Amino acid sequence: MNWIYEPWPWYIAGPLLALTMFILLFLGKTFGFSSNLRTMCTIGGAGKFSSFFKIDWKQQQWNLLFLIGSVLGGFLAANFMSNNTVEINPKIIEKLSKDLNIQSGGEAYLPPEIFDISNLTSPTGIILLLIGGFLVGFGARYAGGCTSGHAISGLSNLQIPSLIAVIGFFIGGLLMVHVLFPLIF
Amino acid sequence: MRFLSYLILGVFFGIIMFKSEAASWFRIYEMFQFGSFHMYGIIGSAVIIGIIGVQFIKKKNLKTIDQQEMQLNPKDFSISGYLIGGIIFGLGWALTGACPGPMFVLFGAGFPTLLIVIIGALLGTFVYGILKKHLPH
Repeated sequence: MNWIYEPWPWYIAGPLLALTMFILLFLGKTFGFSSNLRTMCTIGGAGKFSSFFKIDWKQQQWNLLFLIGSVLGGFLAANFMSNNTVEINPKIIEKLSKDLNIQSGGEAYLPPEIFDISNLTSPTGIILLLIGGFLVGFGARYAGGCTSGHAISGLSNLQIPSLIAVIGFFIGGLLMVHVLFPLIF
Repeated sequence: MRFLSYLILGVFFGIIMFKSEAASWFRIYEMFQFGSFHMYGIIGSAVIIGIIGVQFIKKKNLKTIDQQEMQLNPKDFSISGYLIGGIIFGLGWALTGACPGPMFVLFGAGFPTLLIVIIGALLGTFVYGILKKHLPH
């Protein structure tokens, strides 16, 4: 039964993600997770501030259920199917330790230096998480989709706009990791 | 009954994201450092299978289980919105190591600080909705 605790290789995960997209297509939906953020704003009353949020959120109930499912999936995977460490490239672990002073590479699922609950006691800890989330939410809507909507659904449908968005994801990601991280950490 | 299938599919998705480590900050960092093929393999294999499947659906003109057209509509073409939005998204993705799906998966996995990231993402979505008219698309 040890295999269940092992991480799933890319050639299992990638095809399963494609399968998720196809099942949603056959159910008459499209795979796109970040739409849920807009729906949640609508439910919270954001329609009073912008017509962008005046949508019939009941049409999006299926996606909210998908979201609730993903929370449950995370719970099940972390508690019953994983030893909760991530074995990345040893050179990258060394780089993290040397360049960014993050010492938890290879020993945790997320770096406690960023995600530990004790970070909530420092303003910089909270601001970092808040700004990161803000950029993801703002950027996803500006680009009209996130990794699932553009990188998986859009590219599968050979959409040039999705390719442009994915190129943007990478420009932003490389900029953050190579230019901004040394300044932040 | 149909609702239950979305819930189960979400559970399936959450397990894939966690178990493949695509929800790990370390894997995202490693990807942007070109330190491993892992993330490229996940996205690449999903896209290749996706392209083949979508072409097959179009060629055979397959319908949904309710006999409707599949939602495979072309997106409106522009560059600035997708590119600028994409870059902003990428900055946040690399910083938090989480795109919208994994934020919720990780919260379920027992990382309460992801709630702060989720609040940030909701704020970002809200501010975009307010500013939308004034932004280049």
